[in-house]
Amino acid sequence: MNEPTADLNHPQLPRRPLGPPLSEPSCWHDIRVTVNGAPVCAQVESRLLLVDFLRHRLGLTGTHVGCEQGSCGACTILVDGVGVRSCLTLAVQADGSDVRTVESLAESGELNRLQRAFHEEHGMQCGFCTPGILMSMTALEESSEVIDDDAIMEHLGGNLCRCTGYVNIRNAARRACLRERSRPVDEGADRDA
Amino acid sequence: MKPAPFDYRAAHSVAEAIRLLGDGDREIKVLAGGQSLLPVLNMRMGHPDVLVDICRIPELGSIDVDSQEAVHIGAAVRQAQAHADPRLRSGWPVLTEAIGHIGHPQIRNRGTVCGSLAHNDPASELPAVAVALDAELVARSQRGLRRLNAADFFDGPFSTVLEEDELLTEVVFPRQPAWSGSSFQEFSTRVGDFATAGVVVRLERAGDVVSAARLVFFGVGGSPVRVAAAEQALLDAPVTPSSTAAAVSALEEQLDPVGDIHATAAFRKELAAQLAVTGINQAWERCA
Amino acid sequence: MTPEEEGPAPFIGRSIPRVEDDRLLRGQGRFIDDLQIEGMLEVAFLRSPVAHARIHEVDLTAAAGLPGVVAVYNAAALVGRVEPLLNSEELRIPEGIRSTIDPVVRIQPMPLLASGEVNYVGQAIAMVVAESRYLAEDALEVIDVRYDELPAVIDPEAALEEGSPRVLLEAEDNIGIHLEHGTGDVDQALRSAAVIVEDTFASQRYVPSPMECRGIVAHRDPFSGRLTVWSNTQTPHRVRGHIASCLGLPADDVHVVAVDVGGGFGQKGILVVEELLIPLVAQDLGRPVRWTEDRQENLTAGSHAREQIHHITAAADESGRLLAVRDRFVVNLGARNMVGLVVPYNSLCHLIGPYRVPNVQIEATGALTNTMFTSPYRGAGRPEATFAMERIMDRLAAKLEMEPAELRARNVVTPQEMPYQTGLLDRRGLTQQYDSGDYPEMLDRAVKMIDLPRVRTEQQKARVDGRYVGVGFAMYLEATALGPFEGAKVSVLPSGRIRIHTGAPSQGQGHRTTFVQIAADALGVEMGEIELVAGDTATIPFGVGTIASRALVTAENAIHQAAVLVRQRILDSAAELMEVDPADLEIADNQVVVKGSPGSAMSLAELMRAIPMTQGGSGRDGLSEVSYFQPPNYATSSGLHAVVVEVQPATGRVEILDYVVVHEAGRIVNPQIADAQIVGGTAQGIGGALLEHMQYDEAGQPVTSTFMDYRLPTVDTVPDIRLAEVVCPSPTNALGVKGLGEGGAVGPPAALANAVEDALSPFGVVIHSCPLTPDRLWALLRAGRATER
Ligand SMILES: Cc1cc2nc3c(=O)[nH]c(=O)nc-3n(C[C@H](O)[C@H](O)[C@H](O)COP(=O)(O)OP(=O)(O)OC[C@H]3O[C@@H](n4cnc5c(N)ncnc54)[C@H](O)[C@@H]3O)c2cc1C
Ligand code: FES
Ligand code: FES
Repeated sequence: MNEPTADLNHPQLPRRPLGPPLSEPSCWHDIRVTVNGAPVCAQVESRLLLVDFLRHRLGLTGTHVGCEQGSCGACTILVDGVGVRSCLTLAVQADGSDVRTVESLAESGELNRLQRAFHEEHGMQCGFCTPGILMSMTALEESSEVIDDDAIMEHLGGNLCRCTGYVNIRNAARRACLRERSRPVDEGADRDA
Repeated sequence: MKPAPFDYRAAHSVAEAIRLLGDGDREIKVLAGGQSLLPVLNMRMGHPDVLVDICRIPELGSIDVDSQEAVHIGAAVRQAQAHADPRLRSGWPVLTEAIGHIGHPQIRNRGTVCGSLAHNDPASELPAVAVALDAELVARSQRGLRRLNAADFFDGPFSTVLEEDELLTEVVFPRQPAWSGSSFQEFSTRVGDFATAGVVVRLERAGDVVSAARLVFFGVGGSPVRVAAAEQALLDAPVTPSSTAAAVSALEEQLDPVGDIHATAAFRKELAAQLAVTGINQAWERCA
Repeated sequence: MTPEEEGPAPFIGRSIPRVEDDRLLRGQGRFIDDLQIEGMLEVAFLRSPVAHARIHEVDLTAAAGLPGVVAVYNAAALVGRVEPLLNSEELRIPEGIRSTIDPVVRIQPMPLLASGEVNYVGQAIAMVVAESRYLAEDALEVIDVRYDELPAVIDPEAALEEGSPRVLLEAEDNIGIHLEHGTGDVDQALRSAAVIVEDTFASQRYVPSPMECRGIVAHRDPFSGRLTVWSNTQTPHRVRGHIASCLGLPADDVHVVAVDVGGGFGQKGILVVEELLIPLVAQDLGRPVRWTEDRQENLTAGSHAREQIHHITAAADESGRLLAVRDRFVVNLGARNMVGLVVPYNSLCHLIGPYRVPNVQIEATGALTNTMFTSPYRGAGRPEATFAMERIMDRLAAKLEMEPAELRARNVVTPQEMPYQTGLLDRRGLTQQYDSGDYPEMLDRAVKMIDLPRVRTEQQKARVDGRYVGVGFAMYLEATALGPFEGAKVSVLPSGRIRIHTGAPSQGQGHRTTFVQIAADALGVEMGEIELVAGDTATIPFGVGTIASRALVTAENAIHQAAVLVRQRILDSAAELMEVDPADLEIADNQVVVKGSPGSAMSLAELMRAIPMTQGGSGRDGLSEVSYFQPPNYATSSGLHAVVVEVQPATGRVEILDYVVVHEAGRIVNPQIADAQIVGGTAQGIGGALLEHMQYDEAGQPVTSTFMDYRLPTVDTVPDIRLAEVVCPSPTNALGVKGLGEGGAVGPPAALANAVEDALSPFGVVIHSCPLTPDRLWALLRAGRATER
């Protein structure tokens, strides 16, 4: 596998088998995770980041990478129901966990209430930050019966967006998530901030 | 950037973890929440051979109050879990408040209380809280068990007295006596940023006067900085504008922060003084 | 103006919800790093860790032998194969500027991989191609390079001093650009002026920081032999041209596709070495190859922006009427002059903005330094110029003891003076002429919206309580609709649906919605029947791209023109088939209908099917038209930011109490999208005003190379922003539209600095630069207090 590169001045054609980087030097692990409801068994190398596992091994490219240092929030997903940075989590650490990504949100095929609010309030431009923001807000929505403006601001605080200036993101999040009392029975009902 | 290769081992008991850590030939790092370690690895600023994941050790995952009413926080307890704990909120409110200032909810969902202490970022909140509340840190290795006072634990920026083979298994916060009160104050540029400067104040009250005082600053030195002269200035008198002024004037000599791109040393010092005033007054009000 | 005068309500002017959202909300976007091609290799770059050095022996042997490494390149591997990079379009000097101003413009081409010398931290030295990014980075760690360090120059004014070390050994000195331009006689005006103010105002270095970093995938199709390149560029046709000439391929054999782009803001609008290297590797290896920039690379080795220092003088008569402005400014170009005159000249021709200034003298110098090169970023020279001009206006108001809004009111050009000529040359080298605008009205609106008299009263009251409130204004113009052209192709598909192709892709601006609104109006069909493909070079032969607030004006007018032609072809060919007069036909519900008898109709699909069966009809080769639009002049947009702040003197913290933007951008196609563009731009401007600052230490090491240190605005930073609109349709194009993409970013640094200075006027603080961080303000306050008596 390790033959050195041939003469650089002469273009070379593929000579090695294609496929995942089996030449990985660190050790491998078998993991089992549930991803968006589906059981997944996979072999991962120790150092593989959870976000790369999702994006490049499972093809779930909705979760984005904006910094790989935990500071932009683009890679936010749910692990066992809480929002985490998938760039600061190893795939192997997720062994045994329930993982949910943005691809799970429109469960019925229709956009859910949160997604619709982002569309209606124009809470996105390029859409690169959007999956992370949707997952941060999903975590908040599911975590608590009563959600006030402070909670919304706190949960949006770690998600950077360079396009929108946040104003419409705030409006969308308020529209979808603010609730003074317990969860509405009619999930589909929109409510204004 | 992506991390350099390493091997990952999940420990399932403390015994297994310290056995793994005891392999002196390789560079081994404890992996707790990973919220400080992984950014370092992702930037390839560290090249450990092995990471030992301690978050799957059941015995480290709980918050317990013992018969002395001290609270034990295990090394696998996430900051979010501690933040939500009603016993901590009522018995050690500054700890809860401090955790609320760490990054963002998504960081606290994975970061651990003990990981923050072991990491000892000079601008981080929890080491100062540990010092102010006289916490005890329990370290275990194959060589045995050490109980360390927070006051002796932190020994410089990103450095503690933990040995390479030692695992911090828990932090213990003693019961806060009656007639004591604490306050947590922090200034940061943006919400969620590491502190530009901050202080944890703890006062005890006997009758009308301060009988014990702790002023522990963070973000203004390599480690939590306790300023004994300022504490001294508060003793044996009620908290008044003049006693706080005396305490603050001691800071001028005792604090020696470093400046960086975000704040000059002089500004950090000024903030520390302002926060101390607010903190002293709030802690005094809370002494009940 | 639409062809359907009597028809249904036009789509233009309506807040149609965006059609692009659905996919993005489901996580089904297709960004560069989302592409999955069987067998794709990943690239990582070794970048210079030092600001200036001679380099020797870039030894790749160990790297080449590591697991998973497929190829390694250094400069030696490229010798004789590729030329250094030149952004040729950006570097052209318009004839009028050359003949009248005769600027010094020295260009330093960028070697694709450094050879012999590195002259900024982040410069690419070697490239590893491996089975994964992880493995490629492993190999970087074992590449051996010897650096003989040379002195580095970081400060642009120091770089211009006699005897400064040279930034680039082969350059004759550190000057990349020098020019002088003006009108009238400034010296004479200064002699007769009642008041003269003079000061230095600087804009700091920014990183545009789109949330998606740059990226590129290249693959040579083994069947056709053609090279396909997916890039998150703002200018796909330019990228195609450069790749083709770099690799010696015919342009038709290079197919560039812009995929979903996670924000560009200018950083993805200029050509970079990586965009040439990745296709080269794909050609060499016969395998798909990807480079995804990471954040650290983006912050240190993705183009930077802004950094300018202005030494500006303004003179007025005793009533505050401007007599003259003189400005001498220095632009930090970084390690090379990559985009020629673009930014300095943009600063120059936007400096006086909305004001009537009879005598102007401007000298611009571009300095080379051992830092990342700078290039246009949202505003591209305008925010820097606006900062200088709007700060000096407030200094002038202070000296005259006049309300800053009143000083502005006395000096703005009035609608009656439109089209207004400044006496300067514009970027094309032609007479600069503002096409339309109503600046007095904008001022009036802003003053009313923030309720200036009330703010002044509260300011007085607050001071009594030890609270410091201030108000600031900033006005600016934006010459939009940069040429030379943009193209559009509008086609009826066999199904009867319509497809539009244009060269201007979207980085989040919602082109799939706004461009379709224009086409729907011109064609008279529903928006749902029309789709847009933007930025695919295979589908339209020529294009320019989405930069410089130009896409909306140029592409929409091209689409409008093409759609009007297609509509006529539809009517003509249907008329032939239906044997009626084309004038009796109309298009409704995707059908061609005989007016007044809805029973006789032919669907567009039927029409398409009939065309091949009809000999010599008007439909000859289908129903498709290509049209190119060349803007005859700039469409001048304008904006006014008014902000009220409170500053805590103890901590230097600034709180925004009210933020108002009044903007004028001609006819608005989609108000919701337009408003969001303005808010988004304003937020970036607020970021620079309060937080963002790309810094180097004295040795030329970048010290803000993560998002922990390069601080972007967060949800807590940006307040709600109140908007108002003034409409002056542009006479330069049929739709009356103007560009507005950049505008929002221009005003905030000046407006906030003015407001903060106003709040702190009791302390005698003068703001010379941003960001207004607590630390910097506190230091100014302390200095102010020290001199206070
Ligand atoms: C965006 C962002 C913002 C942040 N903001 C803040 C902030 O404002 N304030 C703040 O304090 N922190 C902040 N953090 C850091 C966060 O609090 C970390 O969680 C914490 O510092 C480390 O805890 P951890 O469990 O993640 O430890 P890890 O990252 O897993 O480990 C950190 C270090 O400690 C060692 N270690 C961990 N646990 C043990 C143990 N039990 N025994 C021995 N060694 C151990 C590790 O080997 C490693 O060297 C931020 C992080 C991010 C990504
Ligand atoms: S990519 Fe994970 S936080 Fe930025
Ligand atoms: S919409 Fe582009 S980054 Fe948020």
